Parts: sequence; C-alpha cells; structure tokens
Amino acid sequence: MTQTEMVRDDVSFAVVGTGGKGAITAGSILLEVAGKGGWHGLLNRSVGPQIRGGEAAALVRLATRPAFTMSRNFNILVALDWKNADRFIAAMPVARGGLVICDPTSGAPPQAVLDTDCTLVEVPIAQMAKAIKGGRENMIAVGLVAHLIGFSEAAVMEIVAAKLGRKGQEAVDIGRTCLEAGMAAAEAITPTFPLAPAPKSEARRWLITGNEAVGLGVLRGGVRFAAAYPITPATEVLEYLAPALARTGGALVQAEDELASINMALGASFGGRPSVTATSGPGLSLMMESLGLAAASETPVVVIDVMRAGPSTGIATKSEQSDLNIAVYGFHGDAPHVVLAPLSVADCLFTGQFAVHVAETLQSPVIVLSDQSIGQSRVLIDRPADMQFLTRRKAYRASGESYKRYALTADGVSPMAIPGQPGGQYTADGLTHGESGAPSSAAKDQREQMNKRARKIALFDFGDHWGVAEGDADADTVILTWGSLTGAAREVLGVKGVRARLVALRLISPFPKAQLEAALASAKRVLIVEQSASGQLYRHIRAHMDLPGELRQLNREGPDLIGPDEIAAHIRDWNLS
Amino acid sequence: MNKPNLKAGDFKSDLTPIWCPGCGDFHVLMSITKALAAIGRPPEEVAAVSGIGCSSRIPAYTNCYGFHGVHGRALPVAAGLKVARPDLTVLALSGDGDGFSIGGNHFLHACRRNIDMTYIVMDNRVYGMTKGQPSPTTEPDWDSALSPGGTGLSPFHPLVIALASGANFVAREFSGDIKGSTATIIEAIRHPGFSFVEILSPCVTFRPDEREWKGKVHKASVPETDDPGRAARRIMTDDGMNTGILYRGKRRPYHASVCDELGDIGALEAAFEI
Repeated sequence: MTQTEMVRDDVSFAVVGTGGKGAITAGSILLEVAGKGGWHGLLNRSVGPQIRGGEAAALVRLATRPAFTMSRNFNILVALDWKNADRFIAAMPVARGGLVICDPTSGAPPQAVLDTDCTLVEVPIAQMAKAIKGGRENMIAVGLVAHLIGFSEAAVMEIVAAKLGRKGQEAVDIGRTCLEAGMAAAEAITPTFPLAPAPKSEARRWLITGNEAVGLGVLRGGVRFAAAYPITPATEVLEYLAPALARTGGALVQAEDELASINMALGASFGGRPSVTATSGPGLSLMMESLGLAAASETPVVVIDVMRAGPSTGIATKSEQSDLNIAVYGFHGDAPHVVLAPLSVADCLFTGQFAVHVAETLQSPVIVLSDQSIGQSRVLIDRPADMQFLTRRKAYRASGESYKRYALTADGVSPMAIPGQPGGQYTADGLTHGESGAPSSAAKDQREQMNKRARKIALFDFGDHWGVAEGDADADTVILTWGSLTGAAREVLGVKGVRARLVALRLISPFPKAQLEAALASAKRVLIVEQSASGQLYRHIRAHMDLPGELRQLNREGPDLIGPDEIAAHIRDWNLS
Repeated sequence: MNKPNLKAGDFKSDLTPIWCPGCGDFHVLMSITKALAAIGRPPEEVAAVSGIGCSSRIPAYTNCYGFHGVHGRALPVAAGLKVARPDLTVLALSGDGDGFSIGGNHFLHACRRNIDMTYIVMDNRVYGMTKGQPSPTTEPDWDSALSPGGTGLSPFHPLVIALASGANFVAREFSGDIKGSTATIIEAIRHPGFSFVEILSPCVTFRPDEREWKGKVHKASVPETDDPGRAARRIMTDDGMNTGILYRGKRRPYHASVCDELGDIGALEAAFEI
C-alpha cells in the first residue's frame, strides 16, 4: 500500500459547479451514504449571491469521529466547471498532496489551485454525462468521489435509488449508469483517499441542519405558534416550522415584516400559546422595540437569531458572531431578559427546547443566537437525548380576590391569566404599571416592577446548562468561547502537542459569573475565541468579571471562520513565547 | 356560552380614563361596551388590543382581556392572538396616527389577510397625546408647530385603502352617534373576516374645529353593498362625513389556527433518521 492509499480518519472533498448542475446534491448523496455507513460528517453549502446560475459548491467532511467544523484542507476537489471560481476557491483550499479533478473543456483552473502542491487530473465529465441519455454531470462526480474514498457502488446506489425513486425506475437506472461511469473513470486516478472503517455504534443516526434542529427543539419545548418573515440565513427555521406546526395542530403565519412577526408572536403568547419567531441581524434590529414590550409586559417569547455577517445587509449567506451586543444590550431602558447560544448543530435541538422552557417559566423574552455556520450546516449526529423540562407558566387560579397580574412575588414570577379565564382579565402593558397592571408613573411602581423583573431573571437556576467545560481539567490553558465556535475549540482538544481545555458559554445573559469563575479558577492562560471584529464576547466577559492569569484574544470578523488549526497554532505560539 | 343579561357596565373597568373632557373617545368606549353587551359573550372571552395614543388607552378601560402594546402594532398582536385563540372575540383599537402612519403597513396586510377580527380606528385627524401634530388624515392646510402652514399633503383615505386592500367589512361612524356606532360595531363583530370601522372622534383640545362634526355628519343616502365595485365608486366621491356600513363582503376568512390538541411531536423525528 502506498502512502496515499493509507486509510484516513478524516477526508474532505468539495464539488463545485455552476448553480443548477447539482453540485450540492452530489455532496448530499455522499454524506447520506456516509451516514448509513456509520461515519460522522457534515456538509456546508457555499453559494454566491445569485439565486440561479451563480456558483454553488458542496463542501463535505467525513470522519470516523464526530466532526463539528468544516475542513480547511480539502483532499479532493471536483470542478464541474470553474465559473466564478475566483470568488469561492479561497473557501476550499486544497491540501498538500490533494487531488483536483476538472473537466478539460472548462478552461484553466484558477491560480490558487495551480499554486497548490496537488495532483491535477482531467476527466471529461461533461462528455461522459452527455454520452448517457439523460445523464447528469453531478452523478459522474458522485461516482468519482465514491471510488476515491472507498464507498461501494451498492452503498451509493441505496441512497441514489431512494432519492431518484420518486422520478421512476428510468431515473434510477440513469443514475446507476452515471455512477458506474464515474467510478470506472476514478480507477485510473491516484492518489486515493480511502476512509477508515466506521466505528460500530448502536445509536440511531440523524442527518439534520442547525436550522431544522432549533425548529424541532422549540416544538419539543411546546411551541404552538410561529410568525415568519423570510430572511437569510434563518428562513429554513421557518420553512421547517410551517409544515411541522401544521402537522401538530399549531400554526405559522407569514407576516408583512419583522415588526409584525414579533408582535404576532406576542399576541399568540398572550393568548396562552408558546410562540417563536426566527430572524437574522437586520430583522432582530427591527424587533428590538417589541422585545422591550415583551420584557415589560412579561409576555414569554423566543426569538431565534441566525447570525450573519453584518452590519446592515452585510453578507447574508455567511456567518459571524456579531449580534451578541444587540441581543444583550440592544433594549432601550433596563430590560432584564435571557440570551442563549447553541454550541453545535446537535445542541440547537437542546437550546431551542431550553429556550422555550426558560421563556415560559420566566414570562420573558429569550433570544437564541445561532449562526449561519451551524444553521445551514447539514450534519450527521447521533439522535440527541430527549430532554424533559417541566415547562409551565405559573398559572392564575381564581381566588375571589381581585387579580394582580404583576403581583410582587418572592421569585419575581407572577401568576399569568390566559384569556378565557373568568376573573383573570387584565391589560398587558408596556407602560409602567402597578401590580394590577394599571398604568402608573409613580416612582414606587417603576422601582418595584423593575426589581421584580430583574429578580426573576437573577434568581432562576440555569443549572448545568450555562455552558460546558471539557478536556484535561489540569490544563493551564483555557479556550473560552461561545456558540458555534465551540465546535472548532472542541476539535483542538484532540490535537497532539496542545494541552488545553475548553470552556464554552451557552448562557450569554444573565451572565453566569459564578459558574465561569469556578470553571476558570485554576487557569493560568485564557484565550477568548470569537467571530467578532470588535471582540463582543471579550468585552461582555470583562464587563462582568476579572479573568485569572494571562489573557489573549483570537477574534476577527466573518466569514473567514476561525478553525481548530488556527486555535491550536495560537496556543503553540503562546507556549513558545 | 352566551349570557344575554350582560350590560355595558359589565365591560367597563374601574379605571378613570385620562382623556380630556369632551373627547370623542368616551363615546366610543360607550359604544364598544354596549355592542359587547349586545353580542353577549362574557368579558373574559373578549380581548381588546391596542397600540399607542389616546385611543389606544381603551383596553384598560374595559373589563376584557387587554393588550396595550407598542406604537402602531395593534394589528399584528391581534392577528397572532386570534390565530392562536380562534375561540376569542378579538378587537383591535387604534387611532389615525397609530393605525395609518406608523402602523400603516399592518393595516394593508390585515385587510388582505382577512383574519376574523374587528378593527376600530378612532380618527381625530391629529396626534393628541403628543399635543397636536398632523396625522395622515389631517387636512393639508392645518397649521401646527411641527408643520407651519400645513403639510400640503393629501390626506389618507382609510375606507378607500381598506376596500382596496381586501377588508371584508367597511364602515364609518361618528362617536357622538352612540346608537349608530353601537349598531355598526355589533355588525362588524358578527361579520366573518376582517371588519374595519372608522369612527370620527373629535379631539376638542387640539382640533376645536371638530366640534362642528356633529352638524356635518350624515347617514349615507344609499344602502350598504356586497359589490366591491359599487362600494369603490361610492367611496371615491364620498365627502368624508357619510356614516353607516359601506361594504359587507363575502371573502372567506383566514384559515389557519392553533388547535387545542397537540399532535405527536415525536413523529417529526422520522424526517431526520437515516
């Protein structure tokens, strides 16, 4: 066996081509084959701003261990054509010793590829597809990659047949012919990159995106109503929820704008139905005034913000972690509320469900900061465990006494009547109010109600859900991060020669000061890692606490994501300095 | 369960309104509570939703469930509430600034969406709570500190917009005509889909000229129609002072709503299994 044929624990490939050629379908098929076979992996789409006819690429990483982040070193790059290659090629750097397959009729590869120490092989993909009646270039590409990574024809055909079966037997047969042609063509190609055998596992496997997972999570949490205004990259949350709510007796309404969507959610929640909306930065900006109303009127609601590169329209299709400030600090007035961030695609499910639990229990707005990099990643995961939360609003029970909607209670949470309950009538109000809800401009009411709302957030026990602490507990160096970058940091823990542990925040606000102080108690070096040019997490942490030992930042704007190699290199350099 | 023995007083709270003496909104509150008593649903099965402004104070003056939200957003709150709780009678209450300026976009889409609710806009052609600025329905030559000499802008015509946008019931009343307003609000609540009632409600503080409305309003000389074309021709030549029901349409109300029973969430997982 030559060196290049050695089996690998981790293989990455990309299929690129003009939109409509099916590059993403090709990647999806191979990811599903891997899923059936027991491997881990994920797929990211890289698409241009055009809806049709722009570039499209499927970036796929397959591994024998859970994979959280997209590769920065691609073993195989298959180009159906090089159209607009200059725009996207930087996102899929070919590894040293990698393999680039392209069609000779599609022109010269971009300079970035020619500059790489890789093997360039020309395969007449278009001509091969044309030779097969109804043949498709992307299925030739599936055959090429399948052979190179060691997938069997039977395993691939199982997925292809399931995908094309709806279109009839003829489509399946054409798929098989293309697949076979691609696999045959690959026989002559070296190097190959065979994947090591998949680990044995009894776990049920899911293939899911972060946007779908957070949608399922809020449904598990009890959401019955969603309001929707489309926005990239959050639209898939809403498109997931629309049929899922219809199937489970809930409803989704498409709103005229985000001002309407947040207010529809508040109306439904006032009516007693746990409610959600999903958006991205620009939409969250529009919702801020009404989120303040949710805080003041103590109306539970969950807003999922799938963050993208900002400010303004920014890069709608690419990721950034730069909405922390607006989510935590964007309210006018003093409005204690809760901000959570999922730590992975799988964790979107948990965090979505937990967000509903917290919102309903505290009668408070909860903002969930997901982002494009996990929202639109399609990942193979073991089925996440069921989480049981006793999600329940503190209910009003008729007592004969006059009802005080905003009664001053020890835990700050007041019984909430639901329309239809006799004797529970009150007016939910954004005006400062007394205990009954009647508007007031008295200093006493402002003080008492302000304190009550602060108290209910401060006293809530978030338990172990504030974040995670992983890795070698004796390591002096801590990687401190939040949300989606937890995946990259997690992968560093397995890197040879890097001794570090990970602390990642799921609870962004209220700030989990005591938990973080305990987790960092013995740390000598803390590296704060985030995808924000101004270091929003760093500033947020520093506003609340002093950190032990030396402190460094690894942060920058999106969409150039901070990866495990970069974090590891930073720690190595630090050790040398 | 209907309780036919309800009285207007059963729908009033014990709060004293903050409105100025002579404000038309007192009469509108009276008409709404009388209409609700006549409808006969108990107060806890009625929700009154509003935005910001003098008129938007109404929910707390009723004994219904109330939601006093942010400026301009009464309609989306009411929409979410009605879809979530189709069993409730939902009223959205607003003014000309709240409903037609900052909330103007929601007005168009609420008419289109045709959710079964009643939208009552108390139109006094001025921002009263901020002490006298021109609203979308203010005459172009009305002088004020914010727009000296007048805005020079064409006033917004709420009934034309409502009709053109698909509202299923369109009417105008005058606050001082409590009997007429009550009767029209009852019809509006009973009619399926989105019902819009503009009530001319004078602001005697900042628009003392509106005291004269009492002598200017008159019952429309033609009966209501279910033909949007006829209604459109009629409203385009309207003098703004006609009262009564203009249009009663036959569009099917918005379909989706939340059921009491929760489906099987676990069944959704199958879509992700491989």
